[in-house]
Amino acid sequence: MRRVYLDNNATTPVLPEILEAMRPYFGEHFGNASSIHHHGQETRAAVERSRESVAALLHCRSSELVFTSGGTEADNLAIFGLTREGDHIITSTIEHHAVLNACRHLAEAKHCDVTYISVDGRGLLDPVDVKRAIRPNTKLVTIMFANNETGVLQPVAEIGKIAAEADVYFHTDAVQAAGKVTVDVNEICCDSLTISGHKFHAPQGVGALYLRKGTQLEPMLYGGSHERSRRAGTENVAGIVGLGKAAELASASLDRGNDAKMAAARDRMERELLALEATGLNGADSNSGRAPRVPNTTNVYFDGIEGEALVIALDLKGLAVSTGAACSSGAIEPSHVLTAMGLSRDRAKASIRFSLGKQNTEEDVDFALGLIPETVARLRDLSPTWSKSALSI
Amino acid sequence: MLASETIAVAMSGGVDSSAVAAMLRAEGRNVIGLTMQLWNQRRLAGHAGMPESVQGRCCSIDDVYDARRVAETLGIPYYVVNHEERFERDVVRPFVEEYLAGRTPIPCSLCNNHLKFDQLLIVARQIGADKVATGHYAQVVFDEQRNRWLLKRPADRSKDQTYFLFGLTQEQLSRTLFPLGGMTKPEVRELARRQGLVIAEKPDSQEICFVPGGDYKRFLEAYLTEQGDAPADVSGEMVTTDGEVIGEHTGVHNFTVGQRKGLGVATGSPLYVIQIKNDTRQVVVGKDEELYSRTLHARRVNLISTAELPEPMRVAIKIRHKHQPAPAVIESTGPDEVLVTFDEPQRAITPGQAAVFYDGDIVVGGGWIEASQ
Repeated sequence: MRRVYLDNNATTPVLPEILEAMRPYFGEHFGNASSIHHHGQETRAAVERSRESVAALLHCRSSELVFTSGGTEADNLAIFGLTREGDHIITSTIEHHAVLNACRHLAEAKHCDVTYISVDGRGLLDPVDVKRAIRPNTKLVTIMFANNETGVLQPVAEIGKIAAEADVYFHTDAVQAAGKVTVDVNEICCDSLTISGHKFHAPQGVGALYLRKGTQLEPMLYGGSHERSRRAGTENVAGIVGLGKAAELASASLDRGNDAKMAAARDRMERELLALEATGLNGADSNSGRAPRVPNTTNVYFDGIEGEALVIALDLKGLAVSTGAACSSGAIEPSHVLTAMGLSRDRAKASIRFSLGKQNTEEDVDFALGLIPETVARLRDLSPTWSKSALSI
Repeated sequence: MLASETIAVAMSGGVDSSAVAAMLRAEGRNVIGLTMQLWNQRRLAGHAGMPESVQGRCCSIDDVYDARRVAETLGIPYYVVNHEERFERDVVRPFVEEYLAGRTPIPCSLCNNHLKFDQLLIVARQIGADKVATGHYAQVVFDEQRNRWLLKRPADRSKDQTYFLFGLTQEQLSRTLFPLGGMTKPEVRELARRQGLVIAEKPDSQEICFVPGGDYKRFLEAYLTEQGDAPADVSGEMVTTDGEVIGEHTGVHNFTVGQRKGLGVATGSPLYVIQIKNDTRQVVVGKDEELYSRTLHARRVNLISTAELPEPMRVAIKIRHKHQPAPAVIESTGPDEVLVTFDEPQRAITPGQAAVFYDGDIVVGGGWIEASQ
């Protein structure tokens, strides 16, 4: 069966050239990067070359990067590492659980106060709300760069300026932005920033935290003095090499304007889907139009269907897409992001995320467009509520 | 049944439904495994009197892992579908409300009617499966003469689950398979062993799946607290059948018709709960012989082997799951309503339970017991 994967915001395939770059570090170059001998020097050099590549992608210094096991660890490290008991934290209602649940933990266990900034119908938050929320004991603002479900880009540069003026730390989870749009830590004036390798074709299990020079951070792991004592533990050398190569490829790709090509493929797909009956875009409203987005993501609702059933039906036909967030059993819960945008539970459950990756082709989009309309129609035919809701429209 | 038909198997992670998936797969059918996520076991954990750790069996993560392992062993696609909202609305809330109204509910029947053979069947059809197969011990056959789908008791009488399936409509039965209907439980376990399924020795589940440890009273209190309702005051008087007040009770939900223990009153001869009065919240107690009645009214009746009851019909009736069917006559007294008259008085006819009508092995239909007389 032909299988097409349009769920690249969940994870991406490791590109062949990235796998090739990593391969020697599973075999011939196996040294511990902390060892003083030849083997250690070899892998140390590889780790530091990768750090430079990632630094180039984020426009920061390589010494400002801490390699981690991924996005969740980097988010946790920033949030726990920059705050203390009793601090006030500002975040948003649409963050990833790596941020939301870290903040919740601080509220429950460390007497921290957390303010959740809400978003408008497009999924966009207003920087003015962040400014208003700042209090004398505010220590940290943590607002994501791009949302994983809608792809909507938040006004991080303005938020960064507000935080800097108030002398408050600004952390941004840029997991869904890195590799897709230009990420420049100086433009957004952030103190820390999270990236995750597997969201842009590096392997799972590696990520990084940018930490502005001079920022004091309490580590989470205690052990050796790896990563300038900010993250103990022997480096995941092969993963880090993969992350470095992915960063190189992403920088080159952005320079060549490939993001515009991806946006064009996404837009074509979106246009055809939105032509279907009772179908709409999440991340737009009739007054303000579309919010700015990363080039690879579209989130569409098909009223009258259960997104869960559509995901399964499409998977059985070879198309991988997603809805909401999977809970521990693998069942799907209505997206907190979409409900935070004001969608009804029914519409949130009727929403599907399509996200493209570098490996996707125009034919992949054609394949999806060939399957979705008939599948949506079948689901609606079999829905006990659809005909009723259709009549009331 | 065509070999090309796609069949969705409702997989709980237990032996029975795993064996069903294995059997259908061995027959070369297109099989899709589905597990319904119905209740979050952690939801009430730590609430008043509820265990901190997860103890109930319903939708535990381990069961989902088991089902996933089985699906992977069999090489079939497998998905978990979330029906928590519907389960709470159509099963858990009615369960709580029935107890607070002095009745003794059967959530499994509600789950079959509203979830397994309704929502799951819809999902199955939406994803391209024509039929749903489950691990219930029952048989479904089409009767040409009557031109109806029949529900019949299984080969293994000790595992008969038809009592919980009386609500199935003709449309639902036409899309349902019970592949274990002709097998005994030991045969099912043997099949699971032969297929190398990891769950072959897993113990059977007995209790109500969402009630940890089977303690429904603690569950009711924890659920009501979580809902922000102060546990409703359903306390009242304890009276004898002569109307004499002999004490107070803490809530009608603590009692079931026929109950002897835990009445909180001491008299010379053993006392039993005879009736629970919803309107006055009185719990009526009396002697064992006062527990017997000859008639009952059944509401929301579903008929299976026949479309209607134009005249009284002789049947055998189960008034609880473990009841020996008793001879009786049923007659229609209104739309979806039936009057049951037993040949011999029956002990502890309990409102909220089902009365299921049998003609030999065939399930004629059934309804919810409203009151006995």
